[in-house]
Amino acid sequence: MSTILSISDLRKSYADGFEALKGVSLDIAEGEILALLGPNGAGKTTLISTVCGITTATSGSVTVGGHCIKTDFRAARSMIGLVPQEINLEPFETVLNTVRFSRGLFGKPRNDALLEDILKKLSLWDKRDNQIKELSGGMKRRVLIAKALSHEPRVLFLDEPSAGVDVELRKDMWEVVRELRESGVTIILTTHYIEEAEAMADRVGVIARGEILLVEEKSDLMARMGKKELEVLLTEPVTAVPDALKMHDLRLGEGGRSLIYTYDVKAERTGITTLLNDVAAAGLVLADVVTRQSSLEDIFVDLVSGEAA
Amino acid sequence: MNWIAVASIYRFEMARFFRTLAQSFISPVLSTSLYFVVFGAAIGSRIDQVEGVSYGAFIVPGLIMLSVITQGISNASFGIYFPKFIGTMYELLSAPVNFLEIVLGYVGAAATKAMFIGVVILVTAHLFVDLTIQHPLAMVLFLVLTCVSFSLLGFIIGIWAKNFEQLQLVPLLIVTPLIFLGGSFYSISMLPPVWQTITLFNPVVYLISGFRWSFFGTADVPVGLSLLAIAFFTSLCLAAIGWIFRTGWRLRA
Repeated sequence: MSTILSISDLRKSYADGFEALKGVSLDIAEGEILALLGPNGAGKTTLISTVCGITTATSGSVTVGGHCIKTDFRAARSMIGLVPQEINLEPFETVLNTVRFSRGLFGKPRNDALLEDILKKLSLWDKRDNQIKELSGGMKRRVLIAKALSHEPRVLFLDEPSAGVDVELRKDMWEVVRELRESGVTIILTTHYIEEAEAMADRVGVIARGEILLVEEKSDLMARMGKKELEVLLTEPVTAVPDALKMHDLRLGEGGRSLIYTYDVKAERTGITTLLNDVAAAGLVLADVVTRQSSLEDIFVDLVSGEAA
Repeated sequence: MNWIAVASIYRFEMARFFRTLAQSFISPVLSTSLYFVVFGAAIGSRIDQVEGVSYGAFIVPGLIMLSVITQGISNASFGIYFPKFIGTMYELLSAPVNFLEIVLGYVGAAATKAMFIGVVILVTAHLFVDLTIQHPLAMVLFLVLTCVSFSLLGFIIGIWAKNFEQLQLVPLLIVTPLIFLGGSFYSISMLPPVWQTITLFNPVVYLISGFRWSFFGTADVPVGLSLLAIAFFTSLCLAAIGWIFRTGWRLRA
């Protein structure tokens, strides 16, 4: 697939000397969904703002569809839709007019059929004549999405799209994102909700303190860094890990009712058979056995804390 | 040029105006009527003609200027400050538009509103005094230029302002005194000689003088000078806005 967004050695320093981006390079393929994960203040929003033209980069270059965001800003920006993190909307204007304004601002001729379609998909059509201030928080966020989609972007930035959104709406939004991807739109989303990245992304990028720590296929990342846990539930609780089992490096579960064993999925020998034999030999009676795959969240926390160490 | 964007901004801004049409209409009519009652009837009855025109009629151009200047400034400054305040500025900055298109949209709308108010006042004034406009084309030209140039100034103030207090500061502390001291309600020939000279540094004097000339054919300063002054002021504002968008001053981090 061809590269639609290319970021090369992008740096941003603010007047007070704070370096928000320390040479970020990133290529995004057309049609993929990239999730950018990172703690607060990692530079996610700065990165998006710089690509979209809201902040000016100190150095480095960005091209969108081959168009430089500085020298060919019209062509570059026309391709980008942005759903910002903060809910910023003109409170007294109606939903439809607000969305129509966005389309016009991007130089696209009026197309009410398209806007109707977008508003219907986002369950906003019934509210089209309502003033923005009359809408709930979740509805307002949908209006932001509708505005970004109104000018038919090829690249869509979703900055923390699920912040303050209930589960139902989050699921709806994921559905919309999937449909967009199917229509060929490239999506870059930043999120705190790892489950969001896990549910939607093709690739995951981790950013911390203005640097990209890694960008990888989600499945590769999970496989490479994924650890599995085996929890052995006991019929009788124990106060400590029995000496006979010390070599397995176990953790004691809650209330001593279980023993937890962590192993590498990819290892040739997981050590499970030996463990279970040893558990039986130690005179413990198994009630149940549970296995868990570590989530992206665990991987993420490991990465960011590892970087901090 | 992204004309669709210009039209979109213009329409969006005008929609704000139409939402509050009653207020936009009533307040200038009311204040103009008050000025006529106080200046025209109460004080004017004791003043003879000024430069061959009844005092009531004499103050009409000044009154219109007073309103269009303040309206132009407040409309344009609010128009661009509001997106900054509520945070919708992100969209403007990320849109494929250049500064000229943004200015055309915002300033065009602000100037249109100011012009509308100017016409409303002119019509209201007709109810109180007899008016004949000697140079109607020049009158329209001065009106348009004044509306545009002070909307440009308002636009700059709106970008400069960091809060609502600052938004009021320039109009209140600088513009209103300049208008009142610019000969809105008197001919500067009525001032002591020293003040006549000082007044010539007030740009508003040239606007009001030129505008009044288009009504009555008499002026405090030559009409050509008035036009030159307003052209100079407009280009000064345009240059400032050009610089603002090039550097992103108070717009882009």
